Order: sequence, then structure tokens, then C-alpha cells
Amino acid sequence: MSRQVFLHPIANTIAKLLILGIVGGAVGLTVFSMLVARSPLMAQVDIAPVQPVPFSHEHHVDGLGLVCRYCHVYVEDSAFAGVPQTEICVGCHSQVWADSPTLAPVLDSYKANESLEWNRVYDLPDYVYFNHSIHINKGVACVSCHGQVNEMPIVRKQSTLHMDWCLDCHRNREDNIRPRSEVFDMHWEAPEDLEALRQRLVEDYHVDVEQFNITDCSICHR
Amino acid sequence: MQLKPQLSKLFKFCALVCLLFVMTGCRFNMRDQPRYEALEGSAFFEDGRASRQMIEDTVARDNLRTDEHFYTGQIDGVPVETFPFPVTKEVLTRGQQRFDIFCAPCHGRIGDGNGMIVQRGFKQPFSFHIDRLRDASPGYFYGAITNGFGAMPIYATRIPPEDRWAIVAYIKALQLSQNAALADVPETELENLENQ
Ligand code: HEC
Ligand code: HEC
Ligand code: HEC
Ligand code: HEC
Ligand code: HEC
Ligand code: HEC
Repeated sequence: MSRQVFLHPIANTIAKLLILGIVGGAVGLTVFSMLVARSPLMAQVDIAPVQPVPFSHEHHVDGLGLVCRYCHVYVEDSAFAGVPQTEICVGCHSQVWADSPTLAPVLDSYKANESLEWNRVYDLPDYVYFNHSIHINKGVACVSCHGQVNEMPIVRKQSTLHMDWCLDCHRNREDNIRPRSEVFDMHWEAPEDLEALRQRLVEDYHVDVEQFNITDCSICHR
Repeated sequence: MQLKPQLSKLFKFCALVCLLFVMTGCRFNMRDQPRYEALEGSAFFEDGRASRQMIEDTVARDNLRTDEHFYTGQIDGVPVETFPFPVTKEVLTRGQQRFDIFCAPCHGRIGDGNGMIVQRGFKQPFSFHIDRLRDASPGYFYGAITNGFGAMPIYATRIPPEDRWAIVAYIKALQLSQNAALADVPETELENLENQ
């Protein structure tokens, strides 16, 4: 059988390259968009949202020495940390900076008994179960998950909240706990005998690494 | 219509590639399910809040507060002189912790009325170490936390009754400690002091 040659022999190579390019391009594009979809950028890490009032944690926490629990009252006892009612702001701002225009939305909301609408910074998908109280009571600090909130003029996300982020810590949870009394301390310095301390805490708080597997799917997807 | 075998293969391949795109991160329906999270906004209720407030004149389960002493700090309108439960070391430690969170910003860590917020312009409260307040009953302090006091905000929504009593116990301890005479120090400790 004789081969029919219509064109220059290089055409075959071009055709092969073309096919390779199309297939490779498609796969590459897929991988690329997967990477983008899972990037910290898409998860809005380190991007400050626009809030109705430029509430500054830096000012109130480091500047005035307020403790997280003054405003996030339920964080130790419930799943939800809670965002303060405007009543709490007004407790101080009835007198301090009361006629500042930046604070007007807060005072208006209080007077009209209407909610002030903050934009969520950390928001898990609805199919994930999360609970603050267990983490706080087992000695996981705010700063481990939310970063140095005390230095932020506007709260920015410091973690992707992706599944691998949760799992990374759950697999090495004994390396991420500290004494319960230091959980709220944003400037905690680990003591020298950290290893011994952690070993003791793992026992005291019953963080049973062998017995109880918190990487099982049903822990977070209930 | 019949596709040629090669074309049909190509078609299947293209479909597969398209499917791959679907996998890259479709995050709609399951991400936001038709249920409310705490404090979420709502288009259903008139006030726009998913978290509902108590209906007037109703009592939540376990919230029938019949123990006047424990819940109001008063009996027949008179502030009580006693605590509703024994004051132990745990109660005092809890009280100290809660005092430092909720009261110290204005009243100061030692209750001298010179906290950070006062330094920034809030009305200055009296020191807890004046005679009038040293003689004030536990019920008086409990009432101030529960109902507010002049310019001071109400703390009833943020501090449950047990903790309010713990704070009162701690204030009473603070008052004793800030007003201690040398005669109150136990003899063994006194020797230590003199040696220093
Ligand atoms: C004076 C009250 C106050 C104090 C004290 C305070 N916060 Fe907040 N916090 C707020 C308010 C109001 C918001 C909502 C506005 C925002 O997101 O910036 C908020 C939001 C947050 C958020 C983001 C919530 C979201 O939308 O997902 C985090 C995380 C947070 N606070 C952590 C902390 C930590 C950690 C501390 C203690 C170091 C602390 N806060 C102390 C009032 C306070
Ligand atoms: C414990 C008292 C206290 C509470 C509670 C409090 N603040 Fe403040 N806030 C202050 C003080 C004091 C200042 C002024 C700081 C200074 O002078 O350095 C301030 C400053 C501010 C400013 C800056 C004002 C300006 O014009 O620059 C804003 C905005 C603000 N607070 C918002 C809030 C919001 C919103 C809340 C409620 C979540 C809140 N604050 C709760 C004490 C408080
Ligand atoms: C183990 C990690 C972790 C720790 C520790 C942690 N948080 Fe969070 N926090 C989260 C996650 C995840 C969310 C998002 C929850 C959701 O969307 O349901 C969140 C949400 C919040 C919110 C928004 C309201 C809410 O509850 O959804 C606030 C406020 C907050 N955290 C404050 C704190 C404070 C204050 C502490 C320290 C006492 C703390 N968090 C400790 C992971 C953590
Ligand atoms: C910095 C460390 C850390 C991170 C990050 C973290 N966790 Fe945890 N988590 C812990 C520790 C420690 C425990 C307690 C384990 C124990 O009791 O043995 C825990 C326990 C839990 C539990 C309770 C398990 C049970 O049934 O008692 C849930 C649910 C949970 N985590 C969900 C999450 C989710 C969802 C995320 C991510 C959004 C997350 N955690 C991120 C450290 C972490
Ligand atoms: C420690 C908590 C935790 C555990 C354990 C866990 N997940 Fe997840 N999972 C998450 C979080 C958080 C997300 C949300 C990720 C996001 O927002 O992108 C998630 C998302 C997912 C998704 C959606 C796809 C995606 O990446 O967005 C699937 C599917 C899933 N998990 C399956 C599983 C399976 C299967 C297991 C058991 C092997 C498991 N998960 C165990 C926390 C957990
Ligand atoms: C935002 C600042 C602020 C905070 C926080 C605060 N107070 Fe006060 N408090 C005041 C001021 C101001 C007064 C004086 C009010 C007046 O005379 O109008 C006062 C008065 C009082 C009085 C009455 C004193 C008297 O002269 O008879 C008591 C008791 C009291 N506070 C207890 C507490 C306790 C307990 C806490 C913590 C749960 C607390 N306060 C938190 C500002 C505050």
C-alpha cells in the first residue's frame, strides 16, 4: 500500500504537536484553575472587608487592654463566638467619642433598635461543623487560628479555612495547645520546658491522641 | 445521527475535559444551605434577624427565677447582707477572672476607679475603698451589676448570676486586702515581713 503524501512531511509533526498542545493546554488549564480556586487569594486571606464601622481591634485590645471576652462573651461556652450587640459598644461610647461621625452608625443602630450589619470575615461552608468551646477548653489559642488580631485595625482572615488547614492541626494537635488560662493572651511566650508542659497538658485536658481520632470525617461533617 | 468512531471518541474526550472543569471548585448550594446560623440576617422576619428575641411575658424553660435572693440580690426590696452560696477559693478565683474582664477597664484592677476607659474620658466612679462602699452589702454590688448604675452599663445580659456573685465576693476580698492593718497579718508571716 502506498502512502499518500499531500503536504510537506513536517505537517505530521505539526499535527502531533497541535494535538499535544490542545490536550496539554486543557489539562494545564484545569490544574491551573484548581490551584487558583484553592489559593489563599480566593479564600480572601489577608484581605480586609469593608465594614459599616471601622472598628479597630488594635485600638481596643492592645490600646485599651480590653480582653476578647468583654465583647465575644460566649466564646468559652458555645460553638459560636458571637459578635457584640451594639449595646456593648454604647456602654462606653455613650460617653467616649460620642459625637464622632465614624461612630454614628453604632449609636443610630442602638437608638432605632436595628441590627448593625457586619460582614463576616471567617465563614465556614454550612456543611462543616465547628465549635469554639471545645478548642478553647482544650487550650487552643485564638491567635493560633485568627492570628495577631490585636494588631489589626480591621480584622483580616489569616487562614484559608480549607480542610487541610483543620486537618494539619488535628493531626498534630499536641503541638498546638497551651495552658487554658493563656488562651486569650495574644503575647504569650512559651516557657523553656515547653515539651514537658505540653505532655502534662495532653494528660490533664484528656487530649487523647491515640484513642480518639479527630480526623474522622464525621467529626466535622455531621 | 451516526458519528464516525473517531469523532465519537473525540466528542467523549471533550465531554470529559468539560467535566474536569466542573470539578475545579463549584461551591454553591451545599455551602449555603437553607438554614440560619446564629446572628445571620433574615428576609423572613420583619426585623431582619434570624436570632429571635423572647416574646414578652413568656418564661424560657429553666428560667423561672423564683429565688429572689439569688437572682435579684434583694429580699422585699432590701439588698441582702449575705451570699446565696458559700464563698470558696474557687468562687474567688472565678470572681477575680470575671472582674478583670468586665470591671477592670473602668474600675481598675484594684477597684480604685482609675481604669483605662476612665483615663480616656469616661465618668470616674468612686473607689471601692471608701467607707460608704466598704460598708455596702453584697446585695448592693449585685444590684449595680444587674441593673446598671447611673452612667455604668447593665451587665445582666453578659454575666450570669453565679458569676455576678463571684465578682461581688472578689470585690469584698479586694476591699479587705486594700484596707488590711498590720495586726491582720498572721504572726508567722509577720516575722517574714520583719526579716525583710
Ligand atoms: C470592644 C469589643 C471587642 C473586643 C475586646 C474584641 N473584639 Fe473581636 N470583634 C468585635 C467586633 C465588633 C467585630 C466585628 C467587626 C469585624 O469583623 O471587624 C469583631 C470581629 C472579630 C473577628 C472576626 C469575626 C468574623 O467576622 O469572622 C475575630 C476573629 C475577632 N473579632 C477576634 C477577637 C479576638 C481574638 C479578640 C481578643 C484579642 C477580640 N476579638 C476582642 C469586637 C471586639
Ligand atoms: C470598654 C469601652 C469601649 C467599648 C466596649 C468599645 N469602645 Fe470603641 N473606643 C473606646 C475608647 C476609649 C476609644 C478612644 C480610644 C483613644 O482615645 O485612644 C474608642 C474608639 C473607637 C473608635 C474610633 C473613633 C474615632 O472617631 O476615631 C471607633 C470607630 C470605635 N471605638 C468603635 C467601637 C465599636 C463599634 C464598639 C462595639 C463593638 C466599641 N467601640 C466598643 C472604648 C470602647
Ligand atoms: C481552632 C481554630 C479557632 C480558634 C482557636 C478560635 N477560632 Fe474563632 N473562628 C474559627 C473558625 C473556623 C470560625 C468560622 C466559624 C463558622 O463560620 O462557623 C471562627 C469564627 C469566629 C468569629 C466570628 C463569629 C463566629 O463565631 O462564627 C469570632 C468573633 C471569633 N471566631 C473569635 C474568636 C476568639 C475571640 C477566639 C479565642 C477565644 C477564637 N475565635 C478562637 C476558628 C477558631
Ligand atoms: C490549631 C489547632 C486546631 C485547628 C486549626 C483546628 N482544630 Fe479542631 N480541635 C483541636 C483540638 C486540640 C481539639 C480537641 C481534641 C481532643 O479533644 O482530643 C479539636 C477538636 C475539634 C472538634 C471536636 C471533636 C469532638 O467531637 O469532640 C471539632 C468538631 C473540630 N475540632 C473541628 C475543627 C474544624 C472544622 C476546624 C477547621 C475549620 C478545626 N477544628 C481546626 C485543634 C484544632
Ligand atoms: C477537621 C475537620 C474536617 C474533617 C475531619 C474532615 N473535613 Fe472535609 N472539610 C472540612 C472543611 C473545613 C471543609 C471546607 C473547605 C473549603 O471551604 O474549601 C471541608 C470540605 C470537604 C469537601 C468539599 C470539597 C472541598 O474541598 O471544598 C469534601 C468532599 C470533604 N470535606 C470530605 C471529607 C471527607 C471524605 C473526610 C474524611 C476523610 C473529611 N472531609 C474530613 C473539614 C473537615
Ligand atoms: C464602662 C465603665 C464601667 C465598667 C466596665 C464598670 N463600671 Fe461600675 N461604674 C462606672 C461608673 C462611671 C460608675 C459611677 C456611675 C455614676 O455615678 O453615674 C460606676 C458605679 C459602680 C458602682 C456603684 C458605686 C457607688 O458609688 O455606689 C458599683 C457597685 C459598680 N460600679 C460595680 C461594677 C462592677 C462589679 C463592674 C463589673 C461587672 C463594673 N462596675 C463595671 C463605670 C463602669
